[in-house]
Amino acid sequence: MVRAFGLGAMLFGVWLLLSGHYTPLLLGFGVGSSILVVMIAMRMDVVDHEGVPLYLVPRVLAYIPWLLLEILRANISVARIILHPALPISPIMVHFQASQKTDVGRAIYANSITLTPGTITTGVEGSELEIHALTWADIDGREEDEMDRRVTRLEQGI
Amino acid sequence: MAIVLDILSWAAIAGGLFFMVVGAIGVLRMPDVYTRLHAAGMTDTMGAGLILIGLTFQAGPTLVAVRLMLVWAFLLFTNPISTHALARAALSGGVEPFRVDMEGDKP
Repeated sequence: MVRAFGLGAMLFGVWLLLSGHYTPLLLGFGVGSSILVVMIAMRMDVVDHEGVPLYLVPRVLAYIPWLLLEILRANISVARIILHPALPISPIMVHFQASQKTDVGRAIYANSITLTPGTITTGVEGSELEIHALTWADIDGREEDEMDRRVTRLEQGI
Repeated sequence: MAIVLDILSWAAIAGGLFFMVVGAIGVLRMPDVYTRLHAAGMTDTMGAGLILIGLTFQAGPTLVAVRLMLVWAFLLFTNPISTHALARAALSGGVEPFRVDMEGDKP
């Protein structure tokens, strides 16, 4: 029930930001459509621990700045490779062991890897991730291990 | 104050355009679909992101600025999914990843 209210509040918050009209009639439409979406989501049985991970929201907000910095760094290194006259790439497929326990944690880790240019998650088999990297240096393990640790901490709330 | 905001916003937009152009060059220079995805990923994370940040400086502290940042947030959520889907489709379609020792294929 808390999740349903949380989802409704988030939907209505997004509606308020996107609409910008605050007359009683339009606010009523916004409340009505938020409730309708929550009811459909409950009928679809997606309002659960995994579909609405409210407990993750503050921790994800703390994780995003670090991730953006990492994305900036990876972008600069890929830009340097692209502009290099010899195009020094050495593409490679590697398998990584993800240390996250839940599917939500693994999804966050896999998506973070894909978001940083230079590495793409091409497959997930249990807790094993298949990753395509642009160069050897992209996958030397330092950034990925750090990211793995941070996502595991985020998932467990330590 | 306005001039500082303008400079910040133009710097961000110019940076975003730089990453967009470099990403496009990368898509043309890279040898296969997987390496091209790496280059294309640059345009929607940093390219679009920096342009949206620049536009946010132009918008000032209004609702429009919040909406621009929401656009970027949705981009960051959806971009890895489409990239992953493309790479996975190529893999199950049997496209062999390019390797450096296949010298003949290098552009």
